[in-house]
Amino acid sequence: MPGLEPLPEALTVEPLPPASPPHPVSRAPGHLWLAGGTVFLLVVAPLLFLLGTVAGAGIETWEIIASRRTAELLGNTGRLVAAVTAASIAIGVGTAWLTVRTDLPGRRAWGTVLSLPLVIPSYVGALAIVSAFGPTGLLAQFFDRVPTVSGFWGAFLALTLFTYPYVHLLVVAALRNLDPALEEVARGLGSSPPRVFRRVVLPQLRPAVAAGGLLVALYTLSDFGAVSIMRYDVFTRAIYLQFVGRSDRTPALVLSVALIAVALALLAAERMTRGPAAYFRPRPARAPRRVALGRRGRTLALGLLTLLMGIALVVPLAVLGWWLLRGLLQQQSIGSVWPEALRSLTAAGLAGLAAVVAALPVAVLTIRHPSRPAAALERTVWTVYGLPHITVGLALVFLGARLGPPIYQSLPLLVVAYVILFLPQAAGAAQASLRQIDPHLEEASRSLGRSWSTTMGRVVVPLMSPGLLTGGALVFLTAMKELPATLLLRPTGFETLAVRIFAAAEESFYTRASAAALLLVAVSALPIYLFTIRDVRT
Amino acid sequence: MSAPEPPPLVIRARGVHKTFDGVRALDDFSVDVWEGDILGLLGPSGCGKTTALRVIAGFEHAEAGTVAVRDRVVVGPGVFVAPDQRRVAMVFQDYALFPHLSVARNVAYGLEPGAARRRRVAEVLEMVGMAGLEDRMPHQLSGGQQQRVALARALAPRPDVILLDEPFSNLDAGLRDRVRREVRTILVEARTTALFVTHDQEEALSISDTVAVMRAGQVIQAGPPSDLYLRPAGQWVARFLGDADFLHGTASGGTVDTPAGRFPTDLVGPVDVMVRPEMVKVVPDPDGGAMVTARQFFGHDQLVTVVLASGQQLRSRLGPRPDFRPHDRVRVEVEDVVVFPAE
Repeated sequence: MPGLEPLPEALTVEPLPPASPPHPVSRAPGHLWLAGGTVFLLVVAPLLFLLGTVAGAGIETWEIIASRRTAELLGNTGRLVAAVTAASIAIGVGTAWLTVRTDLPGRRAWGTVLSLPLVIPSYVGALAIVSAFGPTGLLAQFFDRVPTVSGFWGAFLALTLFTYPYVHLLVVAALRNLDPALEEVARGLGSSPPRVFRRVVLPQLRPAVAAGGLLVALYTLSDFGAVSIMRYDVFTRAIYLQFVGRSDRTPALVLSVALIAVALALLAAERMTRGPAAYFRPRPARAPRRVALGRRGRTLALGLLTLLMGIALVVPLAVLGWWLLRGLLQQQSIGSVWPEALRSLTAAGLAGLAAVVAALPVAVLTIRHPSRPAAALERTVWTVYGLPHITVGLALVFLGARLGPPIYQSLPLLVVAYVILFLPQAAGAAQASLRQIDPHLEEASRSLGRSWSTTMGRVVVPLMSPGLLTGGALVFLTAMKELPATLLLRPTGFETLAVRIFAAAEESFYTRASAAALLLVAVSALPIYLFTIRDVRT
Repeated sequence: MSAPEPPPLVIRARGVHKTFDGVRALDDFSVDVWEGDILGLLGPSGCGKTTALRVIAGFEHAEAGTVAVRDRVVVGPGVFVAPDQRRVAMVFQDYALFPHLSVARNVAYGLEPGAARRRRVAEVLEMVGMAGLEDRMPHQLSGGQQQRVALARALAPRPDVILLDEPFSNLDAGLRDRVRREVRTILVEARTTALFVTHDQEEALSISDTVAVMRAGQVIQAGPPSDLYLRPAGQWVARFLGDADFLHGTASGGTVDTPAGRFPTDLVGPVDVMVRPEMVKVVPDPDGGAMVTARQFFGHDQLVTVVLASGQQLRSRLGPRPDFRPHDRVRVEVEDVVVFPAE
């Protein structure tokens, strides 16, 4: 700038030190890379094995891919994913808008209650629906000619009711971040309220809606339990049936690879939408003006939300409770629950511990030693997290079978599967806690004569422990509910709660399934606050 | 009697180079720190001084050059000694106290278990005036107290040298001066060797035994503070360390004539003569050849700007009296100058 002399260097203000150094603290020690490399191999080995096997099958692979059966599965899967996603977006945007931007009575409580269906695993929800409205369900026992729910509509209903909260939560967050000034400006320029909503509010919600919709799509694509209970033929169910029923298991593998390809496409789309959404403005200080619903609008809204919560929360729990109570009263065998619960607890507990151990090198490498290999490790781990569980489970089954008895159908292999599937929950929590730790603490420890490992043990891990605990708990809770990989990988006779529910539902033994189902819902509902962390990360 | 032996070198850095993403942070950086010395590494922001400290501590890898601690090479071709093996303790700008450990356990962190450890912790806490606060947690301490604990923690294992990164910049101005003097006293009493980094000239000059001035990744002059201030090696250092006016002249025959008088010099040809305001005496004189043009009054002193007959301006720092006003006629006497070749 002419006329302005540059300040002498000595007078320029020393900039504030950055929160963490712009460059690595020091090179990552060898054993850290070894640990990170082990985790990487653990995560990719089954998939590489799967790909290798399919590639080795040669011409047969193409025959299966080109078959009419595959086209049919693709059509069914696409139809279900599209329908569930569209319905979830419609419901989720509606509930978010009602609870954030209107004068709906009790909107804060509604906001929480509306996200609760997330705690019901889709297969438990499907069980509840089918045991109430299915061909051998509650209603069919009392009335003769009632329309029954199964197949496409059953799967659609179950998945929509228990996944729309993803959209609801993300859109609620986005709506709260909107600057009300933009809408006021639009009103001031002469736009009517509906026009403002269409032209100003909706475009700003697009990233959140897209992210939520893609999460729902991915969830639906990966779902195994609900579609199986509803007997609707999509990829996941076909893969499982191929695996358990046929002597030639190549089709299961080929279909898995096809399913992985679709999932990867969805994941890539999800990653693209996430970019701009990361730059949300800080929450505005001013609350937006709420739309007055009017008396009729209020009644209608309350009626719809009550109906929604009735179907998504009250009915499933009531139906399960009814089956349990009836079984107890009629002295039917409700089957055992506690041994199953203990097995679930054991497998999920070990998974939580193992995931924390595996998460540590991932977190330390990505946060403290950012580099290309570290970024590749992170991306791989998070990508596998998005893959349908049945494909990862199937890959591990084949790998285990190849490796032989001490590994095949063993509890450790099941635990490894859980770690592969849910590692990002633990790694994300570990990363978040490590980001809070001043890197100077580690340097101070080193300069006081302590080795890298001692520094980890005495400074870093103790300070990370709350995050590690949270991550372990998240993995534990998710592993408790996991179904398809558990079905494929469990040791013979190792019946967990999830397996018990599925097996009983398959055979319409609703009484036998009900106790396990209610127990599982209770366990998932306990620490609801943990879900918020998972949602932030996914 | 022969001259006393110079104390041994504790740190010897030679020709150190370090770049970050193509940007040169250290460019032929060399420095010597003698045993018992408190050396202030002074430079403007971005000159690489913190990087130099981190290379010496072992937190950055240098691309070229050597660093030796005592007689041991810790950085050199094919040599990299891990930070924990260097006997070099670092005190961070943000103190970096372990938040999950009490004061006593922070201080004990670098010591091996045993009865000696308890004694040493008590000893250094006494030294920094923190005895009695052993069981406090770091978040219960004030900024000044945290600084003392950080210092005690670094002193405890008796390292060969203590490195301090901008140690006083997190303290507010009122506290800073007092803490500086306290820290210097502690370091001197502990007979420790210290190397600290600062961008504050006054800080470097007031608490160092030796100041090393850094610019663009290298030390361009090192020496006792008064030498540097009064005998800067170049015009940049002269300006960087304090107020300076420059008079132009042409030297010949062992002297140079300037509008403020004749000064001895060995140089020949065009020169710039540095005049510090403290070396300029302004005397009221109705027949004087100079005139006061401006005056800033600070209480304990005043800065008087005068214009010489030649039109050249000079500044003078004086006590609060006499009471100068613009347009006062004055006489100017310059006591001590440094002559540089003209730039």
